[in-house]
Amino acid sequence: MALPFRPGYSVPDKARIPPILAYTIRRTLILIASLFIAAVVLFVLLRLLPGDPANALLGVGATEQQIAAARAQVGSDQPLYVQFAAFIGNLARLDLGTSFVSRASVLTEIGNRMAVTLPLTLFGFVLAVLLALPLGILAAVRSDKWYGTAISVVSQLGIAIPVFWVGILLVTLFAINLRWLPSGGFPLRGWRNFGEAATGMILPSLTIGLVMGASLLRYVRAATLDVLGSDYLRTARALGASFPEALVRHGLRNGSVPVISILGIELASTFLGAVVIERVFSLPGLGSMLLLAIQQRDYPNVQGVLFVSTLLVLIIGFAADIAQRFIDPRLRGRVSAAA
Amino acid sequence: MTTKTILLAATLLAGVALPAAAFAQDFNPDATIRIGSLYEPQNLDNTAGAGQGINEAFNGNVYEALFQLTDAGSVEPKLVESYEASEDGLTYTFTLKAGVTFHSGEPLTAADVKYSIERVTAEQSKSSRKRSLSTITGIETPDDRTLVITLSARSISLPYNLSYVWVVNDAATDITAAEDGTGPYSLAEWRRGSALALERFDGYWGEPASNGEVIYTYFTDATALNNALLTNAVDIITSVQSPDSLAQFSGNPAFTVTEGASTTKELLAYNDRVAPFDNVQVRKALARATDKARLLNSIWGDYGTLIGSFVPPTDPWYVDLTGVDAYDVDSAKALLAEAGYADGFEFTLDTPDYDPHPIVAQFLQAEYAKIGVTVNINVITANEWYTKIYQERNFEATLQEHVNHRDIVFYGNPDFYWGYNNPEVVKLIADAEAAGSEAEQVEKLTQANRIIADDAAGNWLYLYPQIVVSAANVTGYPVNGLNSQFFAYDIEKAE
Repeated sequence: MALPFRPGYSVPDKARIPPILAYTIRRTLILIASLFIAAVVLFVLLRLLPGDPANALLGVGATEQQIAAARAQVGSDQPLYVQFAAFIGNLARLDLGTSFVSRASVLTEIGNRMAVTLPLTLFGFVLAVLLALPLGILAAVRSDKWYGTAISVVSQLGIAIPVFWVGILLVTLFAINLRWLPSGGFPLRGWRNFGEAATGMILPSLTIGLVMGASLLRYVRAATLDVLGSDYLRTARALGASFPEALVRHGLRNGSVPVISILGIELASTFLGAVVIERVFSLPGLGSMLLLAIQQRDYPNVQGVLFVSTLLVLIIGFAADIAQRFIDPRLRGRVSAAA
Repeated sequence: MTTKTILLAATLLAGVALPAAAFAQDFNPDATIRIGSLYEPQNLDNTAGAGQGINEAFNGNVYEALFQLTDAGSVEPKLVESYEASEDGLTYTFTLKAGVTFHSGEPLTAADVKYSIERVTAEQSKSSRKRSLSTITGIETPDDRTLVITLSARSISLPYNLSYVWVVNDAATDITAAEDGTGPYSLAEWRRGSALALERFDGYWGEPASNGEVIYTYFTDATALNNALLTNAVDIITSVQSPDSLAQFSGNPAFTVTEGASTTKELLAYNDRVAPFDNVQVRKALARATDKARLLNSIWGDYGTLIGSFVPPTDPWYVDLTGVDAYDVDSAKALLAEAGYADGFEFTLDTPDYDPHPIVAQFLQAEYAKIGVTVNINVITANEWYTKIYQERNFEATLQEHVNHRDIVFYGNPDFYWGYNNPEVVKLIADAEAAGSEAEQVEKLTQANRIIADDAAGNWLYLYPQIVVSAANVTGYPVNGLNSQFFAYDIEKAE
């Protein structure tokens, strides 16, 4: 295993703030600024929609007094700047308010829905990675063999097919025809009924895993092909390392840099893609909460879900950037790359 | 169509759920009945904007009222032992049933009923029944079992209106997320966005439920709901919303498809205040230019019912008025010419963006082109509909589904969004409410019904079907689902 040289990493300069820390601080400030901008955009976009949110509370037959009372209750009788100040003030205190329609705390409700969406996203993502890493590397290393090409072609297909369609196909096959797995839904008692909740997660996670895995596979394959053609790999081989040894010791680290930034984007889009999947499988997650809230013009719920989703996506991007700097010292001084 | 009509008639006449009679097999008295629905309640309080889902889950199951609107459309005493009205019809004295307790164990008293009525009429109440109870001027409780209601004007519909008033324990708190009713079930668990479970209440005063537990599972997608029934994840779908999906159930012995009578009317509503819709001849011409049978068939296949006015067959003042302004393009053209629109006219149809309205709008556009009338379709959201049409009355014509039972009374209100104003109808509807007997009420409203049909006050396109699909081993469920109710206590499941 011993190589005739020790890979040369840059030595941190002790006199200054370590570049990685400086980078983290700058990146955190950018994160906060992005969040604020997102909040403003969210507020403005929602108010641009026609119709009064108070209508969510009313039915045909409502009287003038009922309409006025509803407007007062949701605050839509206030001027926009008053509504905005209240909105930002509440966000700063992490108070997402209470739903116009259900009167439940938005934060609590988001917490409940996360119990579905987070596991779904994570299972789907893990499946995608488990699928994409070995197959992507195989497709690159064996690109001259028939199965290397086959993997590549099938993955193209996976990218082309819409995610909801994959979901419907899986339901038809595994739930309706084979009766192996439930077609959708989440048990009344949630994760307390672990077996049922977990089996209910299999098809939706698989759907996400397959579709996300297909596009991730393309990136892994491309990154591996880059590494295979690189000078350092050839040098390592020339210095006596076997091919797998050179690939694992040098290729993985180098190849993982672009893949990590893609992983961040993929994880974020998996999370957002869960919206569609939850609908196909009737799962009570964040996505179905958002869709219902939009239909009902339930501003606090829409704002809450969008804000928390934005926050998560920004944090994922943040984590991916920091992780990249840890792996690749060449990037540490640079802030503009993926900010 | 014939089997369906027979089924409908049988259901109406018998007043009982048909499948119960059709199936005689031993059932499990402790079975769990799993009901799949698209209508999740937003909260658990029907005066707090909870939506139709709460009626489906709670009316008659968890909460009861002084009277109950049965699945056949009649109003029967529930928590009331007996009642009498004074000679002038302004004072009603109700005697409550003895031995009724709430799920919390508290006994039912007249004070609870008073509290419950005041909850509906309260300022912050969002109940759509609030207006109909506005004649109540006083509620007295001389003793625990006696309730005296005084009215400012006679109100023959008082028992009917009280059937919408849940009797809630006056000591209950936070009933948007919990309950304390007198029904055959109590709430076991509610998971927002997913499901709601009811369990049989052992202290129930009446006949105990025929099953041990009822779980309502909520779906946002009709296909997912159908899949759940196909894969035995639910036993019943309360209301199928698309005829396409019925193909997988009808003709399959593992499932029972039942069509009942709904009260949901697809309506082309004109703004009768503005030209040319202020002209009766124009409205009649459009009615005659609409091939409703073809429209209904293109949307619902063999399901659904044609109606000649706003009144569905389950309302006591129903008469078959489909012959008034029947489909006849030539006479439609003649009427238009008489009204001074020989060259037709153009109008904007505000169309809600959800099914079936966009398809209906396109159908009407093609139909009216045949008589020279140009329809500009303007698609709007439900929310815009509420602001633009219901509140501001800023429209020429619109499509809307009207779900309520006995809602002909809207035509007696000239301020209603469609602006229909016929003093004769206003008087008949007011007189009907002040009637001394139900027969008189029915007579007046039948008369009003005929007049609105003759006036073509609106264009009543069709009545939605109410279709329940269940697994074949489940029987005893309500088929009409009036007022979105779904009484679960008679449902039996053979195992």
